[in-house]
Amino acid sequence: MDEGLRSELSKQGVFTTTLQELSNWSRRNSMWPLNFGLACCAIEMIAASMARFDIARFGAEVFRPSPRQADLMIVAGTVTKKMAPLVVRLYNQMPEPKYVIAMGACAISGGPFKQGYNVLKGIDRYLPVDIHIPGCPPRPEALLHGLIELQKKIAAQPLTGEERPRHLRTDAPGEFPVPAYGPYDLQPPHNPDLWRPPVVVRGQPA
Amino acid sequence: MIPRNADEPTLLAGLSTGDVTPEAPPAGPPPPTGPGYEVRPRARAPLPGDADEWLEVSVGPHHPSTHGVFRMDVVLEGERVRRLKPVFGYLHRNHEKLAEQTSYLGSIPYTDRLDYFCSLTNNWAYVLTVEKLAGIPVPERAEYLRVITAELTRILNHLCLIGFLTHDMGTMGTPLMYAFREREKVLDLFEALTGARMMCNYFRFGGCRCDLPPGWVEGVQRFVEGLPRFLDEFEALLSTNEILLARTVGIGVLPPALAVNAGITGPMLRASGVNYDVRKVDRYGIYDRFRFRVPLGEHGDTYDRYMVRLLEIRESREILLQALRDLPPGPVLNPQAKQRGLRPRPGEAYGRIEAPKGELGFYLISDGGPNPYRYRVRPPSLINLTILEDLCLGHTLADAVVILGSVDIVMGEVDR
Amino acid sequence: MEPLESILARLRAALPQVEVHLEPNPAVPEQASLVVARDHALAVARWLRDDPALQLDYCSNVTGVDWPEMLLKEKVKVRRVVDGVEREVEETVERRRPGHLEAVYHLYSMTRRHGPLILRQRTANRAEDTHLASLTPVWRSAEFQEREAYDLFGILFTGHPDLRRILMWDEFQDFPMRKDYVEPDDYEYEPTPHDAVLTKTQRHYPAGGAP
Repeated sequence: MDEGLRSELSKQGVFTTTLQELSNWSRRNSMWPLNFGLACCAIEMIAASMARFDIARFGAEVFRPSPRQADLMIVAGTVTKKMAPLVVRLYNQMPEPKYVIAMGACAISGGPFKQGYNVLKGIDRYLPVDIHIPGCPPRPEALLHGLIELQKKIAAQPLTGEERPRHLRTDAPGEFPVPAYGPYDLQPPHNPDLWRPPVVVRGQPA
Repeated sequence: MIPRNADEPTLLAGLSTGDVTPEAPPAGPPPPTGPGYEVRPRARAPLPGDADEWLEVSVGPHHPSTHGVFRMDVVLEGERVRRLKPVFGYLHRNHEKLAEQTSYLGSIPYTDRLDYFCSLTNNWAYVLTVEKLAGIPVPERAEYLRVITAELTRILNHLCLIGFLTHDMGTMGTPLMYAFREREKVLDLFEALTGARMMCNYFRFGGCRCDLPPGWVEGVQRFVEGLPRFLDEFEALLSTNEILLARTVGIGVLPPALAVNAGITGPMLRASGVNYDVRKVDRYGIYDRFRFRVPLGEHGDTYDRYMVRLLEIRESREILLQALRDLPPGPVLNPQAKQRGLRPRPGEAYGRIEAPKGELGFYLISDGGPNPYRYRVRPPSLINLTILEDLCLGHTLADAVVILGSVDIVMGEVDR
Repeated sequence: MEPLESILARLRAALPQVEVHLEPNPAVPEQASLVVARDHALAVARWLRDDPALQLDYCSNVTGVDWPEMLLKEKVKVRRVVDGVEREVEETVERRRPGHLEAVYHLYSMTRRHGPLILRQRTANRAEDTHLASLTPVWRSAEFQEREAYDLFGILFTGHPDLRRILMWDEFQDFPMRKDYVEPDDYEYEPTPHDAVLTKTQRHYPAGGAP
């Protein structure tokens, strides 16, 4: 719709919108996060929902204990190999549309504990992550910033066409395979459809 | 010796004597040896004495009231808890192994992440042990700074604990919000001093990393002056609240003999009436210079554990007032103390402090190299959970949640 | 607390059949330890707890330590004839230390407010005979910590009421805190100057070859 016409109409008290804008507007302003803390970052997540930072200003204060009622999984903390299958299962139990924020260095890559034998080196080995928030732990402001970035991302999602998001496609998976506990490591150690180890090309010395 | 599956009066009588074997070791041939050793079946398998109507519920690791990724395998008869097996390891991030692969200095930031509410007391326990191992003296001003920051940490921890405990009882976050309001004030002070809100990484071998920024002492003074008013308000809201009394009085009674035998430490031990505070017993740092009382409980129930913590906040305030009054000038770091490339002489040391959750100990073995040969954390949260089953037996599942809240655990420390 | 030597003397008088000796600690001399044979550990533990002068009723810390087999180099002073004259010479002697696992207990007394007394038990070797006596019947606080020592080091505590893995999952087969543990190969490239990481990088991305 032409922006000039729209502005003219709104001056006369006629509010026009598109279905896509309306849908994205309502969706992005009422994110219900899963009440799901793993480690240190969870404390900052709680702090973000408390009086000073007040995540309710961005419509995401309704922390739901059940994955069946949540739209947003904030992976707040170190994902260990013992915990990873349960994280994937919780994600699978969430209804579409669903989003994942990897909060903190540990959830992104293993962080300071990356060299540990029981630490998963990033939740993106098993789950599609929408927003990464660096920090150890990220400040509550950083979490709010990540939430705002996610809202921007949702606002830009088209309802139709090739660019439409996963939950509007019939061919895209909404659930991901849950890894099993093996004798030495998780099986498989990562989901090959989602993640592959980075390819490193050595530069020639000049 | 009383087996765990005895009837309730016998069991309770046995618990008070202290010398308790939870279950008889399995009869039959001794377990095979070697790497392929078969572990015993999980707690989930039916145990002798299980009735048919008993229901097994796995509470956690994702559960809003288990304070992180803690899991309890509970066997219920109706709503009564008949067995309860804690399951750990969902946050086992290999702290000890990593510390054995890095230098002595490099482990200080990792200790922050043990009990992530109280990073400064964790720092203190670790540097105290290294100072003991390598024989490093600490300047006086640094000792005062350590006491001030540690007592602020204790206030912060106990406030948040009470917030979470009442949250578990269904206050839906109101006291928690007040507690976090005060926590933010302390965190502002920590941020001004160390640059980080939670992971302070402030103590060094032989002192502290840096001196106070201008106006910091006045900031602590303001916080300390405002604390009694807040505490009075908090207590008026909670301490005589009918719901809180109904949910806590007489729930989860811990007899003192069992508490000592099971190695319970911290406010939980003192709520059972055992007068044992490492600050008084070991007098580490400069705690012998301060006058403070050790609050003791009478009944050892959840209410006592709640009350002891409230009283400890007031005693920490007394220590803070004295420390701020006497804070001497001088260096904050021993210039002779080597930070990078520290190689203590071979040997071992065990150091412990009174962390807000209980006795936090570090056990280090040095082989003369730059990394510790063995690095062990004695986690108070884990050991305080030893008697969780004893406390919860016979109570309802809803009470088990409140009892767990009063134990005060942080998973980063339980699993390390 | 009374000196460890006198405790040892009284212990030998009270329980004459017990094999126990004193292990010095060069770093913190007051934290020397008693090494007790595993068959007698339970009796010694009960004695330490019930002795009226000690009353070590509180077991603070229980942990395992792994000592793999290794060559120790020690400097010893030897008298030897050098150039027709007998004199004292320093010599490096190699001694093979057999591998073993160790369980360490730190004992305090809450009644008498003293401690720590450090008690050690050693296994015969690291491979098949890793049994030690569980002290959980004496101190409940050892319950989870001995499970942890089993999980991470593979020490089998006989007499423990519930010896299962505690931190790793039940299907896990290795003992990760042992010094020769090899972690699973799930390395990915990361730009850090950490020595151990660089070694891994070179193993995964050899120079010249395609990764």
